[in-house]
Amino acid sequence: MVGALLLIWIAFHVLSGGLFLTPRNLWNLSVQAAPVAIMATGMALVIIARNIDLSIGSMLGFLGMIMGVIQADLLPKLFGFEHPATWILALCTGLALGVVIGALQGFVIAYLGLPSFIVTLGGLLVWRGAAWWVTSGQTVAPLDSRFRLMGGGTEGSIGAAWSWAAGLAACVALILAQAHARARRRKFHFPLRPMAAEIFLSGIGCLLILGAVAVADAYPWPIGSVRRYAEANHIALPAGGLFIAHGIAVPVLMAIGIGVAMTFLATRTRFGRYVYAIGGNREAVELAGVDARWVIMKLFMLMGLLAGIGGAVSIARLNAATNAEGTFAELLVISAAVIGGTSLAGGVGTVAGAMLGAVLMQSLQSGMVLLGVDTPLQNIVVGVVLVLAVLIDTFYRRRTQKA
Amino acid sequence: MRNLAANMLLAALSSFALAGGAAAQGKIVGVSWSNFQEERWKTDEAAIKAAIASADGKYISADAQSSAQKQLADIESLIAQGANALIVLAQDSSAIAPAVQKAVDEGIPVVGYDRLIENPSAFYITFDNREVGRMQARAVFAARPSGNYAFIKGSSADPNADFLFAGQMDVLKPALDAGKIKNVGETYTDGWLPANAQKNMEQILTKTNNKVDAVVASNDGTAGGAIAALAAQGLAGSVPVSGQDGDHAALNRIAFGTQTVSVWKDARELGKRAAQVALLLAAGMKMSDVPGVVKFSGGPKKVEMNSLFLTPIPITKDNLGVVIEAGWIKKDEVCQGVKPGMIKVCG
Repeated sequence: MVGALLLIWIAFHVLSGGLFLTPRNLWNLSVQAAPVAIMATGMALVIIARNIDLSIGSMLGFLGMIMGVIQADLLPKLFGFEHPATWILALCTGLALGVVIGALQGFVIAYLGLPSFIVTLGGLLVWRGAAWWVTSGQTVAPLDSRFRLMGGGTEGSIGAAWSWAAGLAACVALILAQAHARARRRKFHFPLRPMAAEIFLSGIGCLLILGAVAVADAYPWPIGSVRRYAEANHIALPAGGLFIAHGIAVPVLMAIGIGVAMTFLATRTRFGRYVYAIGGNREAVELAGVDARWVIMKLFMLMGLLAGIGGAVSIARLNAATNAEGTFAELLVISAAVIGGTSLAGGVGTVAGAMLGAVLMQSLQSGMVLLGVDTPLQNIVVGVVLVLAVLIDTFYRRRTQKA
Repeated sequence: MRNLAANMLLAALSSFALAGGAAAQGKIVGVSWSNFQEERWKTDEAAIKAAIASADGKYISADAQSSAQKQLADIESLIAQGANALIVLAQDSSAIAPAVQKAVDEGIPVVGYDRLIENPSAFYITFDNREVGRMQARAVFAARPSGNYAFIKGSSADPNADFLFAGQMDVLKPALDAGKIKNVGETYTDGWLPANAQKNMEQILTKTNNKVDAVVASNDGTAGGAIAALAAQGLAGSVPVSGQDGDHAALNRIAFGTQTVSVWKDARELGKRAAQVALLLAAGMKMSDVPGVVKFSGGPKKVEMNSLFLTPIPITKDNLGVVIEAGWIKKDEVCQGVKPGMIKVCG
């Protein structure tokens, strides 16, 4: 997976004449991949539990429209334009509605026993239609400026200092997590890695994190934004221009946070273990006394929540809510999960893999646009890569199982 | 000049329609829609209904729900219900042929609405898409007569995307050939999705290191995506961007100054004129006698047809008043968030 990603990156870098592995492009790539990555974390779990959710693209569109209308139309009438509470009210309503829709679909799937493929296929049509009905197809814009921070851009990034702080915090957390894991293994008399290996692994992890922060900090604000910033703060602009770093973009930070939370949920909680177990053998799980139906319903509620977050990031990025937002997003998200090693047969997969899958898909698309490849050909390549990725994965798994 | 001519034509036509109204009384006009998934067709429908009602005609309709097969059945059913004239928004311009032929055989005139139906016995009414492209290019070119141009085209599956691009090239070709302007990026936008336009624009900006001086986007949705990408680089407002459709969000952007032009095709005008033509034809007028008619043979099969082309209006910050006066959009929607004194319309 990681190897394939590196290979693709290097290939694009060479073919585009050194444009791909630049701070700017990598930063863009991370923002572009964020909504799909956020939703892929949930999709991985849904697929692991041997279900599927085809409705998330349409849900994203519908929830995006709702959040757009609330902040651009309803709330301004009550409190006036750009009220500080607007963004949070819009976001919370959207997320709550996402959970409700997820619960509705989850209930039909889990308690009424309909196949999730059918229920969410219905959802795909229903919510896309609903997205249209919200404003009869009209685009809603412009959005609240605070809400827009979730979409990235110069304002929607946390700057160099905070990025370093976040990076260091992540490093400390990584080392603590490893120390904790080691302590637990010792407690249960599991075999331990040599200390040198632990230090080496932590070191690599920290280097990667800080490296990513360094890349995000190496991407300066464009000259236009710097000039506006200087004017707004009455700073004389030096001749060479000001170097203001973007730092990590808010949507990327959200995606990473969600990824960590979902990984914790999947691997460290009872809910997570049940999800894997249901995917492995649902009957056995039910016979063991687990309320599998409630787990499945919760899973779809979670998916609805993530679709809401994905919708918020998408519309914030576009600074407009359109009824076509998120068309085909379900396919991208499912592809990301599958490329990331989630098995459609259930029981196997990781959240981190799905997020990497999202980055890989986005790398292919962005890279091909850089090379000037036109959309029909892009689709062909992405389709072929999807099938190839799964094929290689299957062969690899078969071989390791034999050995 | 063009507006004056259009107004005169309109005046002539409406008096004509009134005169013909007596003969067209009680006529049934059947409308076959391809799909109601887009906002605008509802607008068209209201205009057609109103025009038919004012001539004491009867409006019957069917929605094909994006299915070419269903549309064939729809048209047969409209004929069976006694339609005296048909207005057809074709889902598939080739697959519709047998149904149109059947109507023609029964002596029922067919008006191809907005999408071309290549049948010499059908009438064709639409806005001039190539002209839309020309207007987009003209407005951007006027704002930035030299430098690097990026082209955000429409969906590669939609022939209109190529008509638009051809129109844009009609205007920009001389300057491109002379080297005054340079094409630094040209992409189709899959499914006309704004989010795709945004990603493509971001990649073009990355590729050129922000050296883009003007963006010719083919509609308001893709323009919105391109402007979001420009805004992330602090370029929104300094780079001219074109669009079309008169989307409310786009008109607001024009008031803000981040979009240069939105070519506006008044759907109500198109609906009204189509209904008037259908009523005239139902009353027995020959297609070649319809006021304003021109011969058109620019379709893929080069079939010569009687056509009526309406001229769209490019909306810029200088004539935003037009859309407000036409009742297309309310003034506070255009001016939402615009600071006082920035633009005349908003005060």
